[in-house]
Amino acid sequence: MFYREAGDFKTSYRLDSQTFPIKFDRLRFYAVLAIAYGVIPFFVNDYWASAVLVPFLIYSIAAIGLNVLVGYAGQVSLGTGGFMAVGAYAVYKLMTAFPEVSVFIHVLLAGGITAVVGVLFGLPSLRIKGFYLAVATLAAQFFLVWLFNKVPWFYNYSASGQINAPDRTVFGVFVTGAQTSATAKYLFCLVMLTIVALIARNLTRGTIGRKWMAIRDMDIAAEIIGVNPLTTKISAFAVSSFFVGIAGALFFAVYLGAAEVGEAFGIQKSFLILFMVIIGGLGSIFGSFAGAAFLVLLPVLLKNVLVGTLGWPTDLAAHIELMIVGALIVIFLIAEPHGLAQLWRVAKEKLRLWPFPH
Amino acid sequence: MKKTFAALVAAAITATAAPAMAELVVPNLSYRTGPYAANGIPYADGFADYMTLLNERDGGIGGEKVVVPECETAYNTEKGVECYEATKSDGALVYNPLSTGITYQLIPKVTADHHVLYTPGYGRTSAANGKVFEWVFNYPANYWDGASIIVKYLAEKAGGSLSGKKIALVYHNSAYGKEPIRTLEELAKKEGYELELLPVDHPGQEQKSQWLQIRRNKPDYVIMYGWGVMNQVAIQEAVNIKYPMENFVGIWWSGSENDVAPAGDKANGYTTISFHGTGADYPVYDDMKKFVIDAGKGAGAGDQVGTMLYSRGMYAAMIISEAIRTAQTMHGAAAVSPEQVRDGFENLNLTEERLTELGLPGFAQPITATCADHGGPGSGMLFSWDAAGKKWNAASDWIQSDGELIDALVAEDSAAFAAETNTAERCN
Repeated sequence: MFYREAGDFKTSYRLDSQTFPIKFDRLRFYAVLAIAYGVIPFFVNDYWASAVLVPFLIYSIAAIGLNVLVGYAGQVSLGTGGFMAVGAYAVYKLMTAFPEVSVFIHVLLAGGITAVVGVLFGLPSLRIKGFYLAVATLAAQFFLVWLFNKVPWFYNYSASGQINAPDRTVFGVFVTGAQTSATAKYLFCLVMLTIVALIARNLTRGTIGRKWMAIRDMDIAAEIIGVNPLTTKISAFAVSSFFVGIAGALFFAVYLGAAEVGEAFGIQKSFLILFMVIIGGLGSIFGSFAGAAFLVLLPVLLKNVLVGTLGWPTDLAAHIELMIVGALIVIFLIAEPHGLAQLWRVAKEKLRLWPFPH
Repeated sequence: MKKTFAALVAAAITATAAPAMAELVVPNLSYRTGPYAANGIPYADGFADYMTLLNERDGGIGGEKVVVPECETAYNTEKGVECYEATKSDGALVYNPLSTGITYQLIPKVTADHHVLYTPGYGRTSAANGKVFEWVFNYPANYWDGASIIVKYLAEKAGGSLSGKKIALVYHNSAYGKEPIRTLEELAKKEGYELELLPVDHPGQEQKSQWLQIRRNKPDYVIMYGWGVMNQVAIQEAVNIKYPMENFVGIWWSGSENDVAPAGDKANGYTTISFHGTGADYPVYDDMKKFVIDAGKGAGAGDQVGTMLYSRGMYAAMIISEAIRTAQTMHGAAAVSPEQVRDGFENLNLTEERLTELGLPGFAQPITATCADHGGPGSGMLFSWDAAGKKWNAASDWIQSDGELIDALVAEDSAAFAAETNTAERCN
């Protein structure tokens, strides 16, 4: 009734090709933005920022990055943890080498460096596909973690091999280090996520995104109709790694504050982000958000309910939490193999016809 | 997604509204799950049981009840952040996360938020320098003390000199395991032994290649800096290659009953270092049994009482409670603030008489902390595993670490930290 195309007249090409063609969707999008920028910053406290919102925002960026590669371009990657480590170490080296430059620029540069590394490890994708490519990216994961452990230059020769984020500012406000306020952390990550999500959304709607999807759906046919596999695959790796690098930089600098490559960026991180993408929905920006929310917020929620409200012992709660999250993943994927995004799509289809379904 | 979010709001509100404010809050960031649980459980049990004992027998510390909210970290830094943020608003006085990774994260946070971070025998070694690290304490001993004591012990065992000997270091490839490398390298120059480094990646179940190398290179001694499942696997692998157990020495985190048990009788003679005694023969256990265990108030399954890591958890709880007591006497108030507890830590004077009063005679070395000295005496003793009797037997007397060498390294590393963070020196 209220959710429909009819009556919403498009009088220019620009209006016709906008991201959200349905008025209700547009309003909802602006409402989410208004709450995220205008309401939450005034209420966010340290616990909410550090334990819930900042990890959600950062994992969303990483999931969008991986979704570009796996969901849109169809190139399976298990190297996300390694690429996040590149972002983290790049931002650490930049922050310590050029302390006077705004950390905003450092984070973007770290994304750029990760993009270069991602392209290097993406080159094999021109020759190999599917499982074989997954194994090649797995090699990237292990190689990068080993490299950051082995070469002391990356961690500035510290005795323990730990990297610590120094205090750095954006426009005079601390965004890294211990003096950072909850609001600053949250807003910094939110701005980054907004930029990344807008870029990703528009890339995937345009020529580049269509090329990626053509390669994903059938690479030989795509090549015959004039899609260059070299530039398409490489651009997917570059864009994906750029986003993942930004996520890694924020993960280290804003969220953790200190990191150790094997523990923070190990293989389990690659799997976690791949699960986010699969549960959220391959080839969907909304799915990246939904997947990140599912895997970041649900464990925190369960922990608070089981330990905080019900007063269970922490070990029992931790084990039950693993079982519940695991069971929910299985149930969701049986009920809807295309992820949470598909549920959302079906809901929208139903809404469009409501109250007169055929 | 929206539904989850709304429920989350409700849950978080109910979760954070629970604890009362007027008590002494000492959060226990423990881990009872994951690859490090075998070591995390006894430590968490000992810590919680000692605090329960104080509450049940003495009505708390100085008449003020101690609350120990437990939070599961699984030795994971992300969960560590969450636990810290979840507990800090409840008026938490002291944190003891039992993880070097989480300690590195918390050092800047506790410095800004003003909580005490107490890391006995772990964490950032250079926090021993109180001039730079105002809020961090790691007495009675640190990783570098441990390395130095082990080398001294081995030199004694080798007949006075290690010159020409080969020592292999099997270490957890993390901040924790890498800490002693500098010290062992410096000591190698001084003592004339050859050092071989063998990193083991998290979580440590894969060690075949490392032990193959040991089998091939035949080092005279093996030192281990391991934790969790890595310890058990390493001891089993050493048994498999028939490495002489008495030449295999673990740091204090690689020497609990749970680590040697899987290898059975073959683990006999495995040596570890400790900065406190072990076993359930101390008088304090009479009260512990009466007030905590028999009363059904013990933490966990209750099968860890008197073990090595249980004793260590108890040691940490004992030091924290003594520091709080010192703070109460200094400031004449029962409900102390984190700032006052910091003063208590800085002025702690733990004597042998006091230990006897606490029912722990000879359990640990006396400590006299000062503004500049957050590192303590830096001594430890060695224990070897008696597989038949299933207990640790003292293998040496208290050994003092090489203070001169370690002080220089501490000064160097803490100066680097001070320069990195623009921290001004205190206590001058």
